[in-house]
Amino acid sequence: MQSFQDIILKLKRYWADRGCIIQEPYDIEVGAGTMCPETFLRVLGPKPYRVAYVQPSRRPADGRYGDNPNRLYKHSQLQVILKPSPEDVIEQYLGSLEAIGIDLRQHDIKFEEDNWEAPTLGAWGVGWQVMLDGLEITQFTYFQQCGGIDLDVVPAELTYGLERLTAFLQVRDSVYEVEWTKGFSYADVRYMDELQYSVYNFEMADIPTLWKLFELHEGEATRLLSRYDPKSPDKKRYPLLPTYDQVLKCSNLFNTLDSRGAISVTERVGVIQRVRRLAVGVAQAWADQQQEASAAQGAQ
Amino acid sequence: MALPFLLEIGTEEIPDWMIPGALESLHLLFEKTGIPHETVRLDATPRRLVLRADGLPERQPDTEERITGPARSAPAQAVAGFARKHGVTPENLAIDSTAKGEYYAFVKKVKGRGTKEILSESLPGAILQIYFPKSMYWTGKGGPRFIRPIRWLVALLGEDIVPFELAGVRSGSLSAGHRRLGSPEIAVTIGDYEQRLRDHYVILSAEERRDRIRGEMGRVRVKADPALLETLVYLTEYPMPITGAFDPQFLELPEEVLVTVMRHHQKYFSVEDASGKLAPQFVAVMNIDSDPQGYVRRGNERVLRARFNDARFFWETDQKKKLADRKPDLAHVTFQAKLGSYLEKTERMMALTRELGGEAQAVRAAELAKCDLTTELVKEFTELQGIVGGLYARVQGEPEPVWQAIYDHYKPESMEDSIPRNRMGRIVALADKLDTLTGCFSVGMIPTGSRDPFALRRAAQGVVKIIIEGKLDLSLEKYLADEALRDFLADRVRYYFRDIRGFKYDEVSASMAAGWSRLVDLEARLIRVQSLRSSPDFEPLAASFKRIKNILEQAKFGVPSGSAGAIDAGLLESGPEQDLYDEYKRISGQPIEKVISRLRPKVDLFFDKILVNAQDERIRQNRLSLLGTLLREFSTIADFSEIVTTF
Repeated sequence: MQSFQDIILKLKRYWADRGCIIQEPYDIEVGAGTMCPETFLRVLGPKPYRVAYVQPSRRPADGRYGDNPNRLYKHSQLQVILKPSPEDVIEQYLGSLEAIGIDLRQHDIKFEEDNWEAPTLGAWGVGWQVMLDGLEITQFTYFQQCGGIDLDVVPAELTYGLERLTAFLQVRDSVYEVEWTKGFSYADVRYMDELQYSVYNFEMADIPTLWKLFELHEGEATRLLSRYDPKSPDKKRYPLLPTYDQVLKCSNLFNTLDSRGAISVTERVGVIQRVRRLAVGVAQAWADQQQEASAAQGAQ
Repeated sequence: MALPFLLEIGTEEIPDWMIPGALESLHLLFEKTGIPHETVRLDATPRRLVLRADGLPERQPDTEERITGPARSAPAQAVAGFARKHGVTPENLAIDSTAKGEYYAFVKKVKGRGTKEILSESLPGAILQIYFPKSMYWTGKGGPRFIRPIRWLVALLGEDIVPFELAGVRSGSLSAGHRRLGSPEIAVTIGDYEQRLRDHYVILSAEERRDRIRGEMGRVRVKADPALLETLVYLTEYPMPITGAFDPQFLELPEEVLVTVMRHHQKYFSVEDASGKLAPQFVAVMNIDSDPQGYVRRGNERVLRARFNDARFFWETDQKKKLADRKPDLAHVTFQAKLGSYLEKTERMMALTRELGGEAQAVRAAELAKCDLTTELVKEFTELQGIVGGLYARVQGEPEPVWQAIYDHYKPESMEDSIPRNRMGRIVALADKLDTLTGCFSVGMIPTGSRDPFALRRAAQGVVKIIIEGKLDLSLEKYLADEALRDFLADRVRYYFRDIRGFKYDEVSASMAAGWSRLVDLEARLIRVQSLRSSPDFEPLAASFKRIKNILEQAKFGVPSGSAGAIDAGLLESGPEQDLYDEYKRISGQPIEKVISRLRPKVDLFFDKILVNAQDERIRQNRLSLLGTLLREFSTIADFSEIVTTF
C-alpha cells in the first residue's frame, strides 16, 4: 500500500521529470494553491513557467473539529502549473495517475465540465472536475484571466486533492485513517490542527483584533501599491511580492472573520471588493514590472 | 461525380449539455457554404463533432462571363485590338445585341471552382463560428476561441484530404480512439470511419449509446430520468452501466435527499423495487467497456457511502436546532446586497402573505420558509432548498399544510413544473416571488436580454401560473405601480396565454386592454372572447368597434364615464340612428354573447346611412356620445378594436 507521502513523492517525481520546478509550500496562509505567488503572479506575462508544489490550504469555515471523516479545515493540494499548456496535457495528467498506480483500463475516468472563478482574485478559467470511479480527484483549469488581465499565454492548472485521493487508493472511509507513513496515521499528524483551529476559528478568535489586523495589512498593501511607479527606471526592485503577502494576510483574515460569523450582510460584499481591489492592483503592477524586466533582458 | 464528405473536429472533452446545440450550429454553417449535397448526418461524442454529407459535386458548374467590346460599327483596328487583348482573333468574338445597338463581346469561360478548394477556404471560419454558450482561447491571447482546445481535424472529400489549418492543427485523415481503450491515432477513410472508431471503443452514434445504456441496465427497475440519460450519452464514448448497492440503513433518510445525492452529485440512476419504492441500489454509467475486477463498482459504492454519511451527519446535526430557532440566523444570510438579509425578506414575506389573504398558518409557513438556508444540508445540497425546510418542519411537528407550503414554495421552477399543492403554499410562493420582483425592480435590477441573474423571468412566470392555475382571486394592481415591472409582468402574462395556453395574439391583446390585474378574471374573459370569435358577427362587429374608436379619437372625444344619460334622445334622427339607440337600450346590461347577432346589423346600418360629422355641432356631439356609450358598454370583457379582422 502506498502511503500519503509516497503518493506525494511519486507525483512530485513525475512532474519533476516533465520539467517542473518543485517548489515547497508558500509560507503564508492561503485558501488554495492558486493564491500562491507561484501561480497567481507567475501565470501573468508571456514567460513560460512550469512548477509543482504541495500547498496546505486553509478554509476556516470547513473545519469540523476533527469529527467529520471527509471535511477539513486544512487540506493539502498538489498544485501543478504548466505554462503554456502542452498539447498533450491531458495525456500527461493521465500519466500522473498511472504513476501512482491507478490502472486506467480498470477504472472509470470522466472529465465533467467545471469552470473556476475566484472573484477576490479577478481570476477565472474553464475546465473540468476529473472523476475517478465517481470521485472528484482533480480540478483541471485552463486559466483565461488573472487579476482582471487576459493572460498572454494560457496555462493549465492541475489541482489534486491529496487527502481524498489517498483515502480512495488506501480504501479508507475516513481521511483520519489514512496512513501518512508507516506507523503514523493522518490523525496522528493532523487531528490536533483540525480540533484546535476549529475551536479558534469558530469560538475564540477575537473579532476586534482580527479586524484591526485586517486593516493594518490592508493599509500596508495600499501604501505600497500607491507608491509603485511604472515609469521609474528602478521599478524592478519595487517590492511587489511583499505587497502581495499583505493581500494574502487580508484574505485569510477575511475567511476567519467570516467563519466566526463576524461579517454582516452589508459589510460582506464591501470587504470582498477591498481584497479584490488589492489583488487586482498587485497583478497589474506585477504584469507591468515583468514586461519591462523581460524587455530589458531581451536588450542585453 | 458525386463525392462523400467527412469532417471530424477532434477536441478535449466538450460539456455534455452544449453538444446538441453545437451540432445544430455546425449543420447550419455547412449549409451556408452553399455547396450542393444530398444527405447530411451529424454525430458527436464528448471529444468529437462530426458532419458527414453525401453527393457533393467535384466542382461547381462552369460559368460564362461576357465582356463587352467595341460597337459593331467600330473600325476593324479597334475590334482587332479588343480581340488581341483577350488572346483571340476577331472571328472568335461574339456579337451581343443590346438596346443601344450591336457590340462585339468576348465570352470568357470560367471553370467552376473545385469543391475541395471551397471547403479548404470556408471550413476554418465555419468551425470557429460554431456557437457555444461559453468559449476559451488556448494558443495565446488573441488566438482562436472554441469550447475546448481543438486537437485534431479529419476532413475528407472522397479519397482526398481537404487541406486547411486551424489553431496550429493541420487537417488530415487521422482520428483518435477512446482515451484509454483505443489508439491515439487511427487512419480512417470515409468508408471505414465509423467502424474504425468502433474498433477503438468509440460509439459515434448518440442513439446507439443511448440504446446501449438502456439495454444494459435492463435487469433492475431504474427510475426513468431522460435528462440524466442525455447527460450520460454525451459524457461517454463507450458507455457501460453497472449496478451498485448501498446499505439499506440509509433508506431512513428522506428519499429526496438520497435521490439528489445520486442524481445531481454522482449522476447515478435511482432504482425502485417492485412496489415503486426506492431500493438500496443505483446504476452508474462508466466510460469504459467492463469492470471485471469490480474496482469501478466498489469505488462508486464507497463514494456514495461517504456522500450518504455526510448527508446523514448533516441531517442529524441540523435537527439539533429547530427551524423556528434559526430565524435570527437569517440576518447573516444575504438575499441581495441592496435588499438586505433573508431575515428582512422573511419579514416582508410574512406581511405580504397576510396581505394576500393568508391566514395564521400561512404566515407561519412564510416565517419558516427560508430558515433552511442556514442548515448544513442545504448548504451542501443547495438544490434542495425549500424541500429540506419542508422535511424538517414535518419531523418537527408543524401541521401538514404548513410543512407542505414550505416544501413547495419555490415551485413552479419552470413552465412545466406544477404549482404548490395547497392554497397556503401558493400564497407563500406568491409572496416570495412578488417580494423578489418588487424588490429587484425597486433597486434597478431589471433583466435585459439574456442577462437575468436573479431569475426574475422565472419568478414572474411563477406568479402568473400560480394565480391562474391556483385560481387565486386577487388583484395585482398594488404591485403594478412600477411601470417597468408592469410591462415585465404583462409580457409574462401574454407569453403564458399565447405560448402555453394557445390563445391568439389579438385575443390576448384585446382582453388585456380591458384590464389584467385580476388574472383569473382575465382568463375567464379570454375564454369568452375565444368562443365569441366563432360567431359570424364577431369580426364585422370588431371592425365597427375599431372604426368607432378611431372616430372618437379623431374627434378627441373621451369615452363618457356616466350612464347613457349624456345622450339627448330628442336629437336622434329617426331611422338607423334611432334604431341603434333603441337596440342599445334593450340589450344594455346583457352579456355580449347573447346580443351580438342583434347589435351587429344595427351598427352596420348606422355606419351605412348616418354621417357622424354632422353640420350641427349638437347633433355631432350627440352621435359621438351614442358611439362612446356603446363602446364602453361592450368593452368590459375586451377592447374589440384590438382584434385583427380580415376586412
